[in-house]
Amino acid sequence: MNNTAPAPRKRPFLTVARKQNLAGWFFLAPAALLIFYFSFYPMFRAFLNSLMTGRPTALAYSDPLIRNYQFMVKDKVFIQSVTNTLTYLIIQVPIMLILAVIFATLLNNRDLKFRGLFRTCIFLPCATGLVAYSMIFRTLFTYDGMINAVLLKLGFIKEAINWLNDPTTAKAVIIIGLIWRWTGYNMIFYLSAMQGIDYSIYEAARIDGANQAQQLLKITIPLLKPIILVTAIMSTNGTLQLFDESVNLTNGGPANATITMSHYIYNTMFRKNPNFGYAAAMSFVILIMVAVLAAIQMKVGDKR
Amino acid sequence: MKRMKGKDYWKKHLSRGAIYVFLIVVSFISVFPLYWAFISAFNNTAEILGGRMLPSTHFVENFKNLIETQQVGRAMINSFATSILQTLMTLLVCSIAGYGFEIYHDKYKDIVMTILMLAMMVPFVAILVPMFQMFSKMKLLNTWVGFFLPNISTPFMIMFFRNSARNFPKDTIEAARIDGLNELQIFVRMFVPMMRPTYAAAATMTFMNAWNAYLWPKVIMSTSDSVTMPMLVSNTNTGYVIDFGVVMMAVTLCSLPTVVVFFLLQKQFTNAVAGSVK
Repeated sequence: MNNTAPAPRKRPFLTVARKQNLAGWFFLAPAALLIFYFSFYPMFRAFLNSLMTGRPTALAYSDPLIRNYQFMVKDKVFIQSVTNTLTYLIIQVPIMLILAVIFATLLNNRDLKFRGLFRTCIFLPCATGLVAYSMIFRTLFTYDGMINAVLLKLGFIKEAINWLNDPTTAKAVIIIGLIWRWTGYNMIFYLSAMQGIDYSIYEAARIDGANQAQQLLKITIPLLKPIILVTAIMSTNGTLQLFDESVNLTNGGPANATITMSHYIYNTMFRKNPNFGYAAAMSFVILIMVAVLAAIQMKVGDKR
Repeated sequence: MKRMKGKDYWKKHLSRGAIYVFLIVVSFISVFPLYWAFISAFNNTAEILGGRMLPSTHFVENFKNLIETQQVGRAMINSFATSILQTLMTLLVCSIAGYGFEIYHDKYKDIVMTILMLAMMVPFVAILVPMFQMFSKMKLLNTWVGFFLPNISTPFMIMFFRNSARNFPKDTIEAARIDGLNELQIFVRMFVPMMRPTYAAAATMTFMNAWNAYLWPKVIMSTSDSVTMPMLVSNTNTGYVIDFGVVMMAVTLCSLPTVVVFFLLQKQFTNAVAGSVK
């Protein structure tokens, strides 16, 4: 309660509406500035870096400016790392997303017993760190490790497989690891989206004689399309940046057969002769790949 | 007619049985590696490689070998400090930003929001070189602040809080203004208490991400004193003779906090994952 009569004064500069508007700007400013300073500004600097050459302490613009990019197309390890990363992407992401849709469909059935328990189990790998699970898989798949011991005992194989020292099986182990770690994560997105679908649609479809597969293809997937698109973009983004698994599960080996782009960029920055300019040029390629693939996925997603 | 019914009955039950078997197998595959890592912390190298499925008696020995060869205490302190600080800072910065974007939204703020969302498409590795240069210039290498500073403001979390602010009743704000609360007080006294579940979900997710971070700490935390738990796990697997009991002990210690958080706050974590895209 304010009893003093308001003194006659000019119209204040800060009206109530202006004050509120300004408060809004103040509230979002720290977050916005942080993102500008630690995402957009470094992106711009990364581009400049990618045109430079020399030791980290004495970077200078290269001649010609695109020298790093010219070198890249002749660099066998870089090409190998791009091939590896795209191999993981093309094989792992579709398998994982299809499995996630299947698991979510099965767990969305309200008559299923122990739904919560199954969901917790399948989601549990997400509680493990990437380095920790890479180490577990590396130990499981070592030459004299448990997987070989069990397979030999059961008679599935005649002699131990050198999983991590063969280019094909080493890639397979990384893909298996990724599927193990991320399928439950994606399943949670689909399960939550499915809860938004009216259950009576399925009942009506069943009365019309639609079987499980038809319900999945004709009802669930079309309705989940937006969320499938989101998960596809996130998974693509994540796979293109794969680092922890490459370093810890296979250490890029054998002979760079499993090295990812991020791993090679890290090595270029910190191993032997650090070359920041070249690392920046390669990382810019990842940026462009992420943008292009996201754009393609959005286009494809829109059409269907 | 009756025979048809019987056939349908069996078909239905068989397929139902197959679904249960399938889900049990999938659940087993999901849980087994973690169970195995945990019991392997009790086993020595020979038992681990041989495929022993039950805990043995080498727990103390493995633990002793681990703390003798690695700076476990240091890594635990660093990991807890950085993860907790990152979580608190993220909640502070992103929640008030999400609130600001939603409650006071106008044309210009919406444009800023759209621009910030583009940052989601910037892969962290793409800015690694300039970030390293910037942080060494700011003298933030090997510091906790250096660890969390680039990660506290994320488009993802801003969007998450913005979406939840959408459910914040406008009447409450008007009533609070009439009561004489200023804009910051409304946020602190009305929004924060009401959105506790949102905060819990965001905290769970941020803590897990911070705890498991690897690339950025590996880049800027280069001295042995600034090691974090994932880096320590990675370090146990170097050298010519690997003690797998020690590796699995490190894996277990590193996974323990996130697994505990997972079980205590599974609902919040699930909400965070799912709510982020609504």
